Formats: sequence, C-alpha cells, structure tokens
Amino acid sequence: MENGLEGLNHNVLTGRLEDLVKWARYRSMMPATFGLACCAIEMMGTGGPHYDLARFGMEVFRASPRQADLMIVAGRVSQKMAPVLRQIYDQMMEPKWVLSMGVCASSGGMFNNYAIVQGVDQIVPVDVYAPGCPPGPQTLLHAILTLHQKIHDGELTQRRGDGRGAGLVVEQRDGQFDSPVALGRR
Amino acid sequence: MVDTPASDEAAPEPEDAPPTPPTQRLGAYLGAAPGTEVLHPTREQLPTVAAALYGEGYLMCIDVTAVDYLTFGRHAVAEGDIMSVERTLPGDLRPERFEVVYHFLRHADHARVRLRVQVPESDPVVASLFDRYPGTEVMEREVYDMFGISFDGHPDLSRILMPEDWVGHPLRKDYSSGRIPVQFKASADER
Amino acid sequence: MSTTEPDIDQIHDAEAAAAIGAVSTSEGRQELQGADVTAAAERLRELGAVLRVSEAEALELGKDADPNDETMIINMGPQHPSTHGVLRLMMELRGETVVRTKPIIGYLHTGMEWTGEELTYMQGATNVTRMDYAAPLFNELAFSMSVEQLLDIEVPERAVWIRMLMTELNRMASHLLFLATNGMDIGAVSMMLYGWREREEVLRFFEMVTGLRMNHNYIRPGGVAADLPDGWRSAVLRLLEMIPPRLDEYDILLTGQPIWRERLQGVGVISTEECIALGVTGPILRSTGFAADLRRDEPYLAYDQIDFDVVVGTYGDCFDRYAIRLNEVRESMRIVAQILDKMPKGDYRIQDKKVTPPPRARIDESMEALIHHFKIFTEGFKVPEGESYVPIESPRGELGCYIVSDGSSHPYRMHVRGPSFVNLQCLPHMMHDALIADSVAIISSVDPIMGEVDR
Repeated sequence: MENGLEGLNHNVLTGRLEDLVKWARYRSMMPATFGLACCAIEMMGTGGPHYDLARFGMEVFRASPRQADLMIVAGRVSQKMAPVLRQIYDQMMEPKWVLSMGVCASSGGMFNNYAIVQGVDQIVPVDVYAPGCPPGPQTLLHAILTLHQKIHDGELTQRRGDGRGAGLVVEQRDGQFDSPVALGRR
Repeated sequence: MVDTPASDEAAPEPEDAPPTPPTQRLGAYLGAAPGTEVLHPTREQLPTVAAALYGEGYLMCIDVTAVDYLTFGRHAVAEGDIMSVERTLPGDLRPERFEVVYHFLRHADHARVRLRVQVPESDPVVASLFDRYPGTEVMEREVYDMFGISFDGHPDLSRILMPEDWVGHPLRKDYSSGRIPVQFKASADER
Repeated sequence: MSTTEPDIDQIHDAEAAAAIGAVSTSEGRQELQGADVTAAAERLRELGAVLRVSEAEALELGKDADPNDETMIINMGPQHPSTHGVLRLMMELRGETVVRTKPIIGYLHTGMEWTGEELTYMQGATNVTRMDYAAPLFNELAFSMSVEQLLDIEVPERAVWIRMLMTELNRMASHLLFLATNGMDIGAVSMMLYGWREREEVLRFFEMVTGLRMNHNYIRPGGVAADLPDGWRSAVLRLLEMIPPRLDEYDILLTGQPIWRERLQGVGVISTEECIALGVTGPILRSTGFAADLRRDEPYLAYDQIDFDVVVGTYGDCFDRYAIRLNEVRESMRIVAQILDKMPKGDYRIQDKKVTPPPRARIDESMEALIHHFKIFTEGFKVPEGESYVPIESPRGELGCYIVSDGSSHPYRMHVRGPSFVNLQCLPHMMHDALIADSVAIISSVDPIMGEVDR
C-alpha cells in the first residue's frame, strides 16, 4: 500500500466480457417452477440437502417466469396444460433454456394416448433431455451440469436461428453408483 | 319360528332346506359380489333407492363411475379361450351399453353397497344424486366428461378433465385413442 | 402498449386470442363466472347446498352483499409455487376475503384409466403407481388387491407383511413430504429441507428393496416382485432410530411455535357433516373428530394383528390436520416396529404359475417354466369375469380400485377412486370467508396430489 498504484501489480484480472457474461449466466441460473407430476418430487429432492442444487447456485426457484432463466419441465404435459406451458415459456426473457425432465416430458413417456402431448419439444424448443421415470437427482444434476458446461463453452449462449433447442440427450445416472453420502449414519 | 307338525307321521317340513335368498331389496334386483351388497336399480328407481339408502344410514357416496360395455368380451374371444361373453343381469333387466356404478358406505357398521344402473346409449341421462350427496358433484362431472352420460339436476355439468372445447368422450370404447405410431431411431444425435 | 391493442389478460375468447397470436388458456364454462351471470342453481350449490340451506335462505344470503361492493375474480395457478401441482383456483374476492372459490382441474389428465385397459394385469401396477406419486405403493396395493379379489387367490403371509411394511414406510414418506411442503407454504422454508432429509432416507430403503426411489412397480397381483434383501432389518432399524428425535425437533420448531399456531389454528375449519356429505375421507375427516380409518374399520392385509392408534383431531382446522399427519408418522413407526418382530418366513409371492412368473433359476432348467414366464409377460394372465372394488387407507383418504373384467388378460374397465379428487370438493367450503392469505395454508392442509385428482 505504501507504493500506491505500483502496489497493484498482481491484483487485476483481465478477461473477455463474453466470459464474464457466460460465467454470470450459468453460475446463477434460476429455474422456473414448472413441476407437474412425479418428476417434480424428484426435482424438489434435488434441491434438498442430500443432493443440494444450491451448490450450483440454483436452489432459488422463481415462481415468476420473468425472473427465471431455465424452465425445467418436470412431468407429463396434458392437452389442457400445453397452452399454459407455452404462455409461461413466452413470458420468460432471453436468454432462456429448457430442460425436459423425464420421459413424459421428452417423448410422452409411457402414455401414448389422447391426453398427453408426445414430447414438449412439440411446444417449446428443448435444450437438454433427461431420461428416467422419474430421473433421480443424480440424473437431473448431470443434465443441469451438462447445460452449464455448454453455456460455459459458449455453444448455447444464443438461441439457434431456426428457433430450435440444442437437443442434447444425457444418460441416466441413477443407481449405478453407490452414493457415499448418507446423512444420519453415525 | 317353526310350527311343530300335528303328528310326526305327516310329511316332514323341509326345515333343513336353505331359505330361498331374496332377489330384490328396496325394489331393485340384488347382485352378488364379495365384500359388498350389490343392487341393480333401473334408472327410474335410482332416486328412490338412493333416498332409501340414505335413510338406512348410507350417508357417504364414495364413488360414482361408469362402464361402457360396447366391446365386452371381444378381447377374451380374440384370445381364443371363450366362444362368447354374454352379460347376465339378475331378474328381467336388459343389459344396456352404459352402466353407472355407485358405491356407498355406512360408517356405523362399515357396510358397503354398490348400485349398478343400466343406461341406454340412445338416451344417456340419469338422475343426479347431488341434492342428497353433494360429494357426487365432481364425480358426476367426470362421468359426463369421459362417457357423455348427462346427469339431470346437476348444478354445473361441464367438462372437468378435458379442455372445454374438446370433442368426444374419451373413455367410450368407440373413441379413437390418439395413439401415435412410435419409431425408434438408433442414432442419438438425430432428432 | 398502444391503447388500441387489446390487453391480453382481457381476452377470454379463444378465437380472438388466436387471431393476435396469443395463447389462450381459458377454460370456458369450467371457470368461475361472475356472480351476476352464474345460474341460481349453481349459486345455491356454492352458498350452502352442503349445509342443507333452502333456496329461499340462499337468496337471502345472496342479498347480503352490498351492490356497491365490487368483487374481483382472480386466478391462481395452474403454474404456481403453492398450489401443490397443477391445480387452478379461481377466487372471487371482496377485499381480502374470499367469497367464492372454484377449483379447475384436468391439467394433469393422463388418460390412465384408458391406459389401464391397454396394459395387462401384470403391467397394470406400472400405470396406477403414477397416480398418487407421493405414495405410489398404495396405488399398487389397491390395484393388486382388486385383481386378487377377482382371481380369488390368497397371497402368502410373508407377502402380506412385506406389503404392510412397505406401505407404512410409504405413508411415512408421504407425510414427511406433507410436512415439508406445508412448512414451506406457511413460510418455514427450512422445514422443506428437513422433511426432504428424512424422506431421502426412506427412499434409500425403497431403492435397496425395490430398485427405484419412486414409482416402484413392486406390489403386483400375487404378492410382491422380489423378496426383501439381506440387511433390510438393520436398514429399517436405522430409520426407526433416526426419525423419532427429528420428529421431536419438528415439534419444537413448529407445533408449539406461536407464529405457526396463529397461521393454522382456526383456519380452514370444516365440520363432520360437511365432510361426510362431500365424501371426504382421510386426515381431513379425522381432523373433525370422526375416527374413520380403514385400517381399523375394515382391516385389510394383517392390520387386525397390529396394535396402533387412530389419530383424531378436534377442531377440523389446518392445525389439526398438520398434527394428525405428524402423529401418523409416529404411529407408522410403531407399526413398522411390530412388523419387524412379526415378519414371517415364506414365499414373497403366490406360487401359482398362472399368475406369477416362476423363479428365474428354474427358467434355465425347465421348458415349462420358460413358457409360463413368456406367456405371463407377453400375453398376461387371464382373470375371470366379474367386478371388484377394494378400498384401502392411503395417506390422503380412501383409495379404491374398481375393476371390471371380461375374462381376458386386460382389464375391461379400471377405475381408481382417488381420495384427493373427492377431497378437493371441500376447498370452497373451507375457503369461504377466509382471507386470501390463508388460501395457501388451506390448500396445503388438504394435501392434494394432482396425479390422482386428474388421473
């Protein structure tokens, strides 16, 4: 400090503006509450203490779509719910991403009938598909982190010209690995 | 109470023969099912039978649902085990296409009653039980939505599960399922 | 926004909305209409048909309102953080007081009863398990018991006790979910994390036994899908040791807390007559003081050999329902402890080759076993003609499965009586004359699961 400005040699970081913007976007992504069915229970479980979404800056689920970046469509979308889904998606502001959680949201799942929209990509552009019925917290985290990685790499910063989503499919990661985390074990 | 016969040489009363079971109660034919009493009132008898049951203490209407018997037995025949499946109903009741099924519960002794009402296809209207059992409101709306059976006297008969402008009644057997053919593609990156 | 453009929120006409590219979410007749256009019959229903108010009295009540008082109709949901899934409520408010409410459902309608007719009896459990997704084993149990009643078979004793163990643990998990979401809705956000912490442990046990955390497809007609694995006893004991002190923590955090009591006591009151007239069962009926529990009244499985209490409230308000569910967790733990002692040895499913598949090892040895396995999983087993309805006590009330069979391997008609579907009818009565701020507490105390409401 005695040197004044000369003492500031190693206290400055330089970088590109884009990197800063990308870092801000994926480190504090705010999911919109769009839990519909069973997948919503697993999504809430991912926010719970064992699997903790808060470490990725995402435990704050914003109910208002104006304040949300990521719409996790968790559950089956019925015919009556489809216009609501589109309305919520339209209200979100760019940049926005969509994560289709579960097989019902990705493709209609086991319900191939009059009542369920066969995949939300018929309604909104989807960036990541997470398979599972329901996908456990590990799969959901894998999908979210894949999305974060794509944003960090700069591949997903802008909506594609034709309006389609990125369409990444992640693998299911439940049960294959013995999780050592067990709160309550003495 | 058995009257002792005047003389033992007379033809013995068939005391050990089982009494013929009643075929009707409250004016409706009795059916048979485990764990519950089953009655088959006609459409016209339904309000009086329901009122009588209410009087007997069946205060809760547990469930209202319907069955469409249009293709009854076709699957079984196709599977080859049976030649044909005919519906048989007690008494002189004619089987109709629709059947509305009610379940009632009496908390006092935990007795249950099932009512099965035949509803013809040409005139799918049944009296609503809303006045006495307000809990049937949403259940009757669901039956209307899924089967197209109207309930006379229901305060607000509108669709409940399908969107308001939906055409058709999905649980009818002649409703096209909306199933789309699925093609499984091998490559993961092509969507 | 220019003054000539129509305001999107004002558009209720689907065609006009589509014309300007807006997405329409109006549901026409299903919505709450203004009081002036609502027919007299419906107003009678709303105002007091349940209380046997006569038409003349209803007209009097309707006249009470000052014509200068403007009421506002607002819409809550279907996308809303506190509506417990996709429930849409339209409320007519006078100031902060709710005058009329109308729930609009169907946003999660999945055609499960239709799907039930397409799947075989062996596959049926995969479908019904997704109805009440917070307590999936109960749906499977109701379905399996209904099929077994049609088949007229008896499940072996060990299977019965395994079913009891799994469903009681599922009741605990469902009530912990209720405690978590109820706490979060009232504002005690840390309760959300605590509830999920406990629930995770129960889900871990389920994953150990059934292979899945949710939607297990474990209870099938004939028994259960697989036997309990080694080490299940110590896992259950660990649960039974861990959860009671945590429940006492919740008592300290919530039950005695003045804010919690202010928010829940006296809110959402309903009486026994209203409940019975509306067909409401489960903790809501018990909160009014009426002790109705199917495990004790019409015992199924082996509940007549188990000692447990039915938890009953007094005032019929939200606090009673919270307390009932908290104590039902304790009762369930008591039941599980007894099951641990009494679990018999034996088969985990009936050894009837027409109904259940043969053990996997035999498939390598016996051609007949292979053929039976093949037929059961492709064509399915045939169920004799008939109908059956079996009610069980789920965490939300009476859950029943009504099946009509025509002798084939697919149900002809499968209907599930979902308790939340009928329990939602009590919402307008609970919310009448309550503040809008209490509406979240009331919905949360009813604990609806929209999967079984809409099916």
